[in-house]
Amino acid sequence: METLAWGLLDLLLIAALLALAWGALSGKNLQRAVVHFIGFGLLLALIWLRLRAPDIALAEAAIGAGLTGALLLAALRDTPREVVSGADQPGDAKAANSFGVAAGLALLSGGLVVLLAMAYLQALEQADPVRLAQQIQIHLEQTGVSNPVTAVLLNFRAYDTLLELAVLMAAVLGIMALGPARAAYLASGTMLSGLSRWLTPILILVSGYLLWVGAHAPGGAFQAGALLAGAGVLLRLAGFPDQQIPPATVLRSLIITGVSLFLAVGLGVMLAGRGFLDYPPAWAGGLILLIETAATLGIATTLVLAFLGGAPPQWTGLHGSGPAAGEPNS
Amino acid sequence: MSELLAAALIIIGLIFFIAGSIGLLRLPDIYSRLHALTKADNVGLGLLVIGLLLLADDLFIALKLLLVWLLVLASSATSAHLIAQRARRRERGLWKP
Repeated sequence: METLAWGLLDLLLIAALLALAWGALSGKNLQRAVVHFIGFGLLLALIWLRLRAPDIALAEAAIGAGLTGALLLAALRDTPREVVSGADQPGDAKAANSFGVAAGLALLSGGLVVLLAMAYLQALEQADPVRLAQQIQIHLEQTGVSNPVTAVLLNFRAYDTLLELAVLMAAVLGIMALGPARAAYLASGTMLSGLSRWLTPILILVSGYLLWVGAHAPGGAFQAGALLAGAGVLLRLAGFPDQQIPPATVLRSLIITGVSLFLAVGLGVMLAGRGFLDYPPAWAGGLILLIETAATLGIATTLVLAFLGGAPPQWTGLHGSGPAAGEPNS
Repeated sequence: MSELLAAALIIIGLIFFIAGSIGLLRLPDIYSRLHALTKADNVGLGLLVIGLLLLADDLFIALKLLLVWLLVLASSATSAHLIAQRARRRERGLWKP
């Protein structure tokens, strides 16, 4: 009986997820598509929970639905209105042409689905997930943390995570190359600015909590960084003039802090005669917390800069408009 | 006993959610739809949280549940206000799409 109820719920979730995905892709109205996409992300987070992957659920809700949604909405702001509403361009020749393109794309993606399904089935046969999970459990004590996901991300496969942070750092360079940041929003009314004043400290606190709790329960640097970035996005939306963005030197060091500290720890343990990123078990817990703290700050900075869509005035040092850095915000 | 009470509260809360969803789909204009929706957020979630508080294992979980309710209250009230304000401005012709 209980299995049946859960099964029905799962089927409902899958059907709703597919419907939202269709809504996000099929409509011509971009605003509608973005709203569908945000709903899709939230539902996907629920499905990750059902798959007992709360870490991924957290990351999906914070990054997939929350910040990506905010990024897409910000992009809509700069998109011409005809494009957003999906007004039809005249011309039947174009429709006939796009039918050919659609058929080609359908064939391509159909082929891709078959390929992926084959690869997945093959991987299912070869992999032995139970043994892998057992291996992690056996060695968990030496990792310095008790959350197996964090143990994999920051200890067993720390090298991968280091490279991920490096990719994020490179992404910032790309964003800065886009030119000056989008124009700031006008100061919002009492309600939104009041809410963001009230929420920002809570978001910082919860972010710190997620960072700390990552050692033994779902959480960690990526989720904490996304929440911290959420506070930055909120301040931007509420129209606070300089959004407390620090001056260039601080900003630049924040961006490199995750990767540089990670590398320093990795090389530091080599001085102690161990392999690269092979932490001594007694120190592992502290070192992981140190790396994750730096990574949280770096990830949050990267995501806020992505939302700005370019270099803020503080980056170039041409800080003309708004109050000077450090001056309190009314 | 407390389990029965919790179940009752949760079910009543869910009824508010259903009523809010039906209202969102069926009511004629944006203001009455917002009205229906905020009832689900405020009262429905409130009853749900009170029901879950009765089932909470320890104080820490109870506090977290209360925080969730408070955050949803604040954000739903603010977003409902923002949506209504924008609709009102558009009605008066102060805001051009």
